[in-house]
Amino acid sequence: MSEISLKPAGTPTGKPAGDRPASHGIGFLTNNLRQYGMLLSLFVIMAFFQVVTDGTLLRPLNLTNLALQNSYIVIMALGMLMVIVSGHIDLSVGSVAGFIGALAAVLIVQYNIPFIPAAIICLVAGGLIGAAQGYWVAYFKVPSFIVTLAGMLVFKGAMLAILGGQSVGPFPVTFQRLSSGFIPELIGDGTGLRQTSVLIGVVVGLALVWLNMKARARQQSHGIETEPSGFFIAKNVIVFGVITWFSWLIASYRGLPNVLVIMLGLIGLYAFITNRTIIGRQIYAIGGNRNAAKLSGIRTERLTFFTFVNMGVLAALAGLVFAARLNTATPKAGLGFELDVIAACFIGGASAYGGVGQVTGAVIGAFIMGVMNNGMSIVGIGIDYQQVIKGLVLLGAVCIDVYNQKR
Amino acid sequence: MDVMTEPPPILEMRNISKRFGNVAALSDVTLAVRPGEIHAVVGENGAGKSTLMKVLSGVYPHGSYDGEIIYEGEERRFSTINDSEALGIIIIHQELALIPLLSIAENIFLVGPPSRFGVIDRSEVHRRTLQLLAKVGLSDAPDTLITNIGIGKQQLVEIAKALSKQVRLLILDEPTASLNETDSAALLDLLVEFRSHGISSILISHKLNEISKVADQITVLRDGRTVETLNCHAQVVEEDHIIRSMVDRDLESRFPKHTPRIGETILAVHGWSVYHPQHVGRQMIRNINFHVRKGEIVGIAGLMGAGRTEFAMSLFGRMYGQNITGRVEIEGKACDVSTVPRAIAAGLAYVTEDRKHLGLLLGEDIRKNVSLANLGAVSARGVIDDIRELRVADGYRSRMQIRCSSVYQETGKLSGGNQQKVVLSKWLFADPKVLILDEPTRGIDVGAKYEIYTIINELADSGRGVVVISSEMPELLGICDRICVMNEGVFVGEFDQAGASQESIMRAIMRNREQVL
Repeated sequence: MSEISLKPAGTPTGKPAGDRPASHGIGFLTNNLRQYGMLLSLFVIMAFFQVVTDGTLLRPLNLTNLALQNSYIVIMALGMLMVIVSGHIDLSVGSVAGFIGALAAVLIVQYNIPFIPAAIICLVAGGLIGAAQGYWVAYFKVPSFIVTLAGMLVFKGAMLAILGGQSVGPFPVTFQRLSSGFIPELIGDGTGLRQTSVLIGVVVGLALVWLNMKARARQQSHGIETEPSGFFIAKNVIVFGVITWFSWLIASYRGLPNVLVIMLGLIGLYAFITNRTIIGRQIYAIGGNRNAAKLSGIRTERLTFFTFVNMGVLAALAGLVFAARLNTATPKAGLGFELDVIAACFIGGASAYGGVGQVTGAVIGAFIMGVMNNGMSIVGIGIDYQQVIKGLVLLGAVCIDVYNQKR
Repeated sequence: MDVMTEPPPILEMRNISKRFGNVAALSDVTLAVRPGEIHAVVGENGAGKSTLMKVLSGVYPHGSYDGEIIYEGEERRFSTINDSEALGIIIIHQELALIPLLSIAENIFLVGPPSRFGVIDRSEVHRRTLQLLAKVGLSDAPDTLITNIGIGKQQLVEIAKALSKQVRLLILDEPTASLNETDSAALLDLLVEFRSHGISSILISHKLNEISKVADQITVLRDGRTVETLNCHAQVVEEDHIIRSMVDRDLESRFPKHTPRIGETILAVHGWSVYHPQHVGRQMIRNINFHVRKGEIVGIAGLMGAGRTEFAMSLFGRMYGQNITGRVEIEGKACDVSTVPRAIAAGLAYVTEDRKHLGLLLGEDIRKNVSLANLGAVSARGVIDDIRELRVADGYRSRMQIRCSSVYQETGKLSGGNQQKVVLSKWLFADPKVLILDEPTRGIDVGAKYEIYTIINELADSGRGVVVISSEMPELLGICDRICVMNEGVFVGEFDQAGASQESIMRAIMRNREQVL
């Protein structure tokens, strides 16, 4: 046995053997079925509803609506994923979103506070709510289920109290633009095909492909085996094609909605945080084995606290987006949101035991739910059976996951 | 001794062998208990005592072991613990199986309480509980909650529960390990009284003085074999004799040769005291001093529950205990080790005895486990450099000879030895000055043990201080430059390599136990 180097990050000996990807196409696909399976099911579901709705699903107007309808669920799912990965749950997000929407209405409509300071106050309030709940969970060790169940009741009641039991609105136009506005058109005359939106879609698609290629080149230059090149090319062509196509569709209605830009930015940010940063890694470690994480020097309490603060801020943002979309704060806002958000995470492959889950999975999960809602409504399935079907899809998705893990 | 005049044994276990995978836990063990006797079973940790009792009580069902059990004249094949209990064989485990928030009466009659049409007859339960408690000398009310009585009384409640099941053979696994002197004496008196009523007992204990007080026969187990059975009435049994037959074995060349290069003191602990995390008044570590020098491998020997792990974990970021007092110096400078991040920053590393629950992220790959305690070293501005991380993990994979398909393999799918190497890699990557290794070779096969010993030697040679906590005395004797013996939260002896032997260590422990009692 060779002498153990004293330097912690010593020079490596021998060739790194990264045989994670199987080197042939079919084997690679089956090995990574779990990763791509979710995306595949989203496409299958979309294709199915595209057919049964006679093409209504992917009409530019409907596609825009789909993005708007699901934006607040996706935004909250980003925070919920981190909470679930760290081994907790947050049942209060719906009530918090509703409460913050009401707070915004009171500030903006009743006290005439301008949009920007009001939004900042609301986001800070969301963070404080998250901190208050996170404190009990992280430092006082009260089960998160109970703390956030309490929070759910508290903030639902608080919302009713500050609204006085009635709707408050309408909002000024600046605030409405958060949800119903579209990015300004720089090229063209603002009618017909919105060229700026198409251009942004193309640029984003190219940027993603370029990032993929850069990562691949870096891995290859370090002698790490990568996915088969045929697969890589196909994947990038599909990614670029789908993004461009969707941006084209959306551009042919009224262009990119503001909220979609915010949502995509947040998805990118949270995907980066969870996959690439120390904080992200440590959150997975806490969920994977709390004691081992603690004994490895991870500040488990502080990080758990942080995930709840983060969740509070995102719930507040979602509350603003939802209030802006309805153009009023109603006492029913946020009702049942937590269920859609949590379902999105679990459909997207997060584990109820913590430690497992991906941001992209949660986003896909949210859109699976969203497409089903939208598609079933267009087809004319009543809200009663919609619930039944969504429930069964959630159960089925998690069963498949459990089965895959046992295999 | 004339066999013909003896009554036939109530229990005879013949040629019992039990394997776990490739490890033989018991080989050809024989045990004969006569009616109305107290039969002591002694042996080191891991000698097979508990396994033997689990075979007897049906925890390991018939068919999972070889050999036969003759009880009350017939061969018995127990497939569950209920089968053995039905015949009056009751086992009381070291960790009591009482439910803390139920009352004494509810615990005693947890299974099959007296009832009418499925409704529990509470006055009958009360009446019978009072009778049983009187038999074991307890005067507490039957509706007292278990959590409100001390550990000694809980032990007696367990025995009352056994009596409620018409016990004929009572098995006690280390019953006095956590009892004080009065409670221990009361319990032993009870066993003697049971003997006069014809109830046989099997007593598993480390406390040789107690055993020589009450036992009629003593069976010594070592490495899963019966060494001998001593009749306390036919001969005078010396404690030294028992100790020698408990530990005697040859050391062969199971340990790599090593010449230590010992330097100045690297870790010094002064006046360290720790109290139990739940029981405020129970002091687990009593004002101890400890030091390790550069290049030195120091062993901490002791029986289970001596306080070794508690000492190590309280030192490492106060991960155990409360009201911790004392000073820690590393390389002559006072250090703050009050949280794990601070302890790591000060240069400490603690490799846990329980790698599955406290050491590894079993669902994550080798790479992520290796970097976990020192993520800063593979990152820039909080962002992990995956290539650097991979290089580090691959480096340890080849240096430690971790056998795996790649560093992307899940650690949960590795063998025990390879898992241990991953945990060691994690702590080496944290670049500590002092490593505390708690049972570093538990559950690891002989070949992997040798590799771990080699790594330990190299760690010491690199100028680190190494502390090894182990229940396997030959291991400590084989690799340590100095051995400290711990008992009841204090150090009761210290031996250099030349002066240490299994007998001297065991004697230090036993001598202290007698002083304490």
